[in-house]
Order: sequence, then C-alpha cells, then structure tokens
Amino acid sequence: MVEKVPSQHLARTVAVIGNPNTGKSTLFSALTGVHSRIGNYPGVTVEKKLGWFEFEGQSVRLVDLPGTYSLSPRSIDEMVSVDVLLGRQPDVGPIDAVVCITDASNLERNLYVVSQVLDLGLPTVLVLNMWDVAVDRGIQIDPVELARRLEIAVIPCEAHRRRQLDEVRRGIIQACQLPQRTPPDLFPQTFHEEARQLQTAFQQFGNQNLPIYLIERLLLDVGGQLETALTKPNPAELLTRLKAARERLATAGCRVPGIEAKLRYGWIKQLMQGVMTVPDKRPATVTDTLDRWLTHKFWGLLAFCLTMFLVFQSISTVAEPLMKFFEVGQKQVGGWVGSLLAPGPLRSLIVDGVIAGVGGILVFLPQICLLFLFIALLEDCGYMARAAFLMDKLMTKVGLSGKSFVPLMSSFACAIPGIMATRTIENRRDRMVTILIAPLMSCSARAPVYWLMVAAFFPTVSWAGGWVTLHAIMMFVMTFFGAVVAIPIAWLLKKTLFKSETPPFVMELPAYKWPSPGIVLHRVFDRASAFVLRAGTLILATSILIWSASYFPSDHRAEQQVLVQIQQAEDQFSSQLEQKSQLRSRRELLLEDQPVPVQSAAESSAPIEALAAQLAELDAQLAELDTQLQPLHELFETRNQISERLLADSYLGRFGKWIEPVVKPLGWDWRIGVGVLASFPAREVIVATLGTIYSLGGDVDENSQGLQSALKSATWPDGRPVYSIPVAMSIMVFFALCAQCASTLMVIRRETNHWGWALFTFVYMTLLAYIGAWIAFNATGWLMTFSGNS
Amino acid sequence: MTLDELQIGQIASIVEVSGQDGIAIRLMEMGLTDGEEIQLIGFAPLGDPIEFLVRSYRLSLRKAEAKRVTVLAR
Ligand SMILES: Nc1nc2c(ncn2[C@@H]2O[C@H](COP(=O)(O)OP(=O)(O)OP(=O)(O)O)[C@@H](O)[C@H]2O)c(=O)[nH]1
Ligand SMILES: [Mg+2]
Repeated sequence: MVEKVPSQHLARTVAVIGNPNTGKSTLFSALTGVHSRIGNYPGVTVEKKLGWFEFEGQSVRLVDLPGTYSLSPRSIDEMVSVDVLLGRQPDVGPIDAVVCITDASNLERNLYVVSQVLDLGLPTVLVLNMWDVAVDRGIQIDPVELARRLEIAVIPCEAHRRRQLDEVRRGIIQACQLPQRTPPDLFPQTFHEEARQLQTAFQQFGNQNLPIYLIERLLLDVGGQLETALTKPNPAELLTRLKAARERLATAGCRVPGIEAKLRYGWIKQLMQGVMTVPDKRPATVTDTLDRWLTHKFWGLLAFCLTMFLVFQSISTVAEPLMKFFEVGQKQVGGWVGSLLAPGPLRSLIVDGVIAGVGGILVFLPQICLLFLFIALLEDCGYMARAAFLMDKLMTKVGLSGKSFVPLMSSFACAIPGIMATRTIENRRDRMVTILIAPLMSCSARAPVYWLMVAAFFPTVSWAGGWVTLHAIMMFVMTFFGAVVAIPIAWLLKKTLFKSETPPFVMELPAYKWPSPGIVLHRVFDRASAFVLRAGTLILATSILIWSASYFPSDHRAEQQVLVQIQQAEDQFSSQLEQKSQLRSRRELLLEDQPVPVQSAAESSAPIEALAAQLAELDAQLAELDTQLQPLHELFETRNQISERLLADSYLGRFGKWIEPVVKPLGWDWRIGVGVLASFPAREVIVATLGTIYSLGGDVDENSQGLQSALKSATWPDGRPVYSIPVAMSIMVFFALCAQCASTLMVIRRETNHWGWALFTFVYMTLLAYIGAWIAFNATGWLMTFSGNS
Repeated sequence: MTLDELQIGQIASIVEVSGQDGIAIRLMEMGLTDGEEIQLIGFAPLGDPIEFLVRSYRLSLRKAEAKRVTVLAR
C-alpha cells in the first residue's frame, strides 16, 4: 500500500457517506478538529476532504464524501464516491471501514444508500445523527435491536452539539479491526448469475477485471455513468450482452431499474418493523407552519423580496459606520508611516502603493463579512431550498430549473463557490448555462465598487424615518441588475448553444432549523480570510505594479522638494490645522443632526434660521483660517500640478492616454480606463488602483479623507469634474456586467474542462459591459438634463 | 390518476413510476415505490413545482415529473 501522507503510515482509512444535509461535514469537523485539509480529486470537480483523529492510541484517516441519495453514479463526479468506497481511487487508497451518517428523523429514505453501502461488505458503522430532531418528532428508535439485526454498530449522535463523539470514535476504531462482512442478500439468484456472466464477458472482450459490485451496478443503472465508461473498450459486443442480460432479467420478473428501489425499500420496511415507531398522526411541525406562509402565493413572494431587501439594507446600516472607522484608521496609518519616512520612492511605494491600494480594499471587510453572514444564515436555516422552490417556475421560463437557483444565489457572495455548486445540477446543458451566467450575479467583489460610487456621488436621502435610504436602494438595484441581464442571456444560450428540454426538478425540502453559529461563523471566517488573503497577495502585487507604472520613469526630485516644504509648513501651521479640522467636524455635526427638511419647511423656519446663523458663523471662522493657511494651500497647489504632470508622463499615464479614446464614450477619463484594465485579475482592484492613482497623481489637500473625496475633486484638464452621477452609473454598470475576475475564469475552465468557455465568458461579458456602460452613461445624462430642465 | 391531479391535502398510494430513464430511477430512489403513501401538501406560488409528503419527508416535484407517477387516490 502506497501511503501519500507519510506521518500517517499506521492510520486506517475510513470513508464518511450519507444523504445530503445529514451532518456529515459537521461530524467530520467535530471528529477531526483542526486536522483536516481540503483538496480536489484529480480530473473531476469533487471536493476532496481528508482529516484524521487519534483515539485510544489508534489513528484514523477520514474521507468526507459528497452527500448523495444513492450510490448509482450518473456522472463522473458521482463516480468518485463509488471509486473511493471500492478502494479504486489511487490518491485515497483502500478503505478499511465506512461510516454511514443518517438523519434519524428521516431514517427510511436515509437507509436506502446505507443498504447500497452494506452490499460492499466493508465493516460499517451506522450513525443516527439528528437524534434530537427525531426525539422532538416523537420518533422512537431502538438502536440496540437495529444493531443486532444489521450486525453492525449503531450509534445515536448529535453532531452539532458534539454529543456521543467518543462513542462514534470507538465505533470507528472497533470497526477497523473487523473482517469483511457478508452483505445481506436482497437480489434473486438469477441476478447474481447474470452479473457473474457479465463479469466474465468483460474479462474476455474488454480485458478488464472489474469487481462484481461494479458489474451489479452496471446491470442496474440504465443509462448511468458506468454504462458510458465501462463499455468503451468494446462497445458493440459488451452493450449487446448488457442489453440481453437485462432483458433476461425482465422476463424472470426482475425488471431493472425498478427492481432495486423495490427490493431495497422492502428490505428497509422489514428491518425497521418493531425497531422504529413513528407517531400515527404526524404532529404539525414548525416547518409546516412556516412553509404555509413562506411558500404562499402572495406572502411567500413578498417574504422573499423583503428578505433580500432587508439583507442589503442592514448591510448598509451596519457596515457604513464600520467602514468610516476603517477609513480613518487607514488614513492615520498612512500619515504615521509617512511621518516616519523621508519623502522618496520608498515612502511613496508604501504610502501611495501599499496603504492606499490594499488599505482601500480592506476597508470593505465589514461588508464582505456581513454579506457572507447572511448567505450562510439563509443556507443553514433551510431557506435557500425554499427559494429554489419558489423560483423554479420562473427559472423554467428561461429553460433552467430551480436547481440553478441556489448556485446562482450563492454567486451573489462569490461566483467561485457558486460555479462549484453547479455540480448538483445533473443536466449538463443546464449546468453549462448556469456556469456561464453565474459571473453576472453581483458578487461581493463588486460591492466595494458600488459602494464607493454610491457613497461618493449619490445624495444621502432617506425615507420612512431613516429606515429606507437612497444608498441602500441603489445598492439593491445594482446588486440585482446583473441578475436581470442574465435572464435574456440564459434564454439565448438555452435557445442556441445549449438547446435541450427543461430538466427535472426533484428536490428535498429540508426542515427549517436554527442556523448553527459554529457552521455559519466558520463559513464567514473562511470567506473573509480568503478575501484578506487576496488583498494581501493578488491585490498587493497589482498595487505595487500600478504604483511602479505610475511612478516611473519620471524625475520626482522637484516633487520631493515640495513635499519637504509641505511637511515644514504643516509643522508651522499645526495649531491652525487643528482648529480647522475641529471647526469642520462641528459644521458636519450641525448638518447631520438636522433632519432633511421635506415639506414642513414653513412651520419649522425658526430652527432653520438659527442653524443658518450658526453655519454662517462657522464659515466665517473657516474663511479666516484659510487666509492664514494660504501659503500651505499654494504649496499643495504646486504639488498637485507637479504630480499631475509626473503621472501623465509615467508609463501608466502614457498608456492611459493611448487608450483614452476607447473609454471616452463611456464618460471615463484615462485614469478610470487604466484602473479598469488593471482590475482584470479581480474587480475590487479598481478601488485599490484608483486609490494609488489619486494618491500619487495629486488632487489632494490637507482635508483629503480617503478615496471618496479624491474622486469628488478629480477634474478634466479643462476643470470640469470627471465624476458625476452618469459617470458613476457607467462605472457601476460596467462592473456589474464585466468578467474582471481571473479566478472565476480559471474555475470556469476547470469546471467545463475547456479554455474556450472561459474565453467565451470573458468576451461576451466584456462586450455586454461596454455596451451597458455606454447606455447607462448616456441615458443617465439625458435623464438628468431632462429632469433638470422641466 | 397521476400525482399532479391530487388536491391539496389529499393522500394517495403509489401504483407505479413509468419510464426507465434517469428521472424514473431518481424518483424511485427518493422512495416513490409502489404501495407507498404520498400526500400533496401544496403548490409553489406560481403553480409549479408541487410539494409532497412521502416517507415523512418533504419532496418537491414539478408537474412534468409528477405526471409520471400513477397513484390510487383514497
Ligand atoms: N438538530 C441537529 N442538527 C444537526 C445535527 N448535526 C448537524 N446538524 C446541522 O445540520 C446541518 C447540515 O450539516 P452539514 O454537516 O453541512 O451536512 P452535510 O451532510 O455535510 O451536508 P452535505 O455536505 O450538503 O451533504 C448544519 O446546519 C448542522 O448544524 C444534529 O445532530 N442535530
Ligand atoms: Mg458536507
């Protein structure tokens, strides 16, 4: 036996299998703790999850398999589980025992796959998970009697509360010592007879030595994966034999495929007789009540829209102050580092390149965490499956099924897990279409772009006592914009490249439950750390690259001299500067405390007049300070002029000028154009790039509070501001539709096994983005002049 | 009659699942075997898919799939 993990020579290998959503991964994590790692099986898109634990001096290696209702493989991906169990998966090796995890509250159907596993003859442990749910429903199970009948260990367990874990560990260790079992024989003698004959035929014609288990599966799974894969070497002869064998079985009263479900469920009924008692009248559960509302014709759809809106509104309410806090922190770190280093390339690299670039993106960490938190909550409480149920009919309108809905929904967090989640879609054409439109869903990497534009260029207006804000509405609209565009795209793809029937929709609706904090937090942590890692690697590298391209090859000596002078002047005027910032924040506070006067202006004119007087007083003081600070302003002015020229002369500037004609129709200046090009690796890079460009390229004064104000003060050479609502819209629409994400394209390549599809996605999305941005720019501009004139 | 013709709340027993393709196999694997009781719980807001209770769990099927299951209403 060749063991890939050297430190685990003596470990036994145990596979974990069971229906979806029964707690396999929960039990896996509870048993192995930190000792796990996630990879991928070669050639397929199945996640390979390995872990190990030690108990009573024995070490065990666990393999977590994807959840499945049955071991009859319908695709290469589903074949992996069968191969692992049969010890045919080279990178896992032979299996010593199997742990079958079942949902005790739904044992009958869960035992179907167990009965298929038992046929393998491997030592097996049966875990009755979700014991608490079964008890709640008044279901009584006698594990001791069940163990006696099955001749294997049967262990009740509550994985999410980490109860009975030691019993499970002991059961696994003991099972590993046991010899092979003789499986319960459900099938008639003729079936085994046919299987043996077919096995010999495969030796003769295909020169393959196949385990009898695979041959039996081949016989049973009409049109399954095995039929396609195994008969390849000698299709004609072997297929005729297979068909003949199935026909003989049918005449002998053993018609495949129907016979398998009939026999297995019959066996389960008999097995559970006297072992399990289910209350006669199924008590009305919370799930029933909830479902009556949440899948209701009217209330269900309303609840769905409301849930989605609440998610975005709360992200905006909670995250905005947090973001401000981060921004101020970033500014302070930049100032602090700047004060430590002398003006020069190194300081510029760190302050303008790294802190302005990477910091600019880390500011969005609170939003990302919240977004993932909500998606994880919705998934874990069971609502996502309802969303699929609600949306199926709509999805069939474009030729997809509700099954595509969940991957598309999780693409709102990130297209990568979304695209990987399309593995649950059995129909290949549907899966392809879902993969190709998944990047149109608004992922979390777009949020920073929207956020920046919305916060900087849309007024803070609120209605309904501050519960509904324009910012949240804009975020909501932008978030669903891509999804709306995806509808005609999906329809087109289904009508042209992937013509096929609407696929079936057979789905279990799991019971609602309280989301488990451990699982939810774990997922949020996983995603958040991936985000930070990306900021620390990919975005850091791009930031440095952008910085170099915009710093070189110009001569920065004159600029440095001015910077030194600015520093001196700032020291000289420190008390005035201090005073000025205090006055400014007082002014802001005054304005913020004042509710926006809507119609009631007439009755409340007195407080407004008082406010105006206060404001005038503050403004006068500010003007007075500004005259004192005039020398400093002049220095900043010089610096901005020099920097502007330096940036325009840099490699990046030259390149930007060169591409400007292409982006000009979208209302962009060359900096935005460069930013968009640089954000090919990841969308959020645009924020970092703009941060670096504006930090280097001037347009900053002593009031600069991060990127937002830098954008507001950016101008065209003739002094017109670059950014306006139409430009902001054009940028947002571009990012909503573009394919600026190298990792997504890579995942598409991997999942479709072809570069062509990644390229296709990139081309179609970029075209869409360009046209969309052009329309958005012109339409918004027109709308604004129109409403301005009337 | 077939499964999609049941009324809300009506219970029937399954007679057979027609066809031998992947969909038929999947339906049988999910526990739709002859003699088994099945109850229609409700329709999705847009009329399709349909929610059923079978072997004490909730299964959602589209009309097209439900049509393939012959049942005997009680
Ligand atoms: N009530 C209850 N919930 C549990 C128990 N064990 C796990 N869960 C919950 O069940 C849900 C599903 O758990 P997972 O571990 O993701 O299930 P899985 O089998 O890995 O699911 P797939 O990988 O999709 O097949 C989680 O929300 C768990 O918190 C249990 O014993 N009782
Ligand atoms: Mg899992």
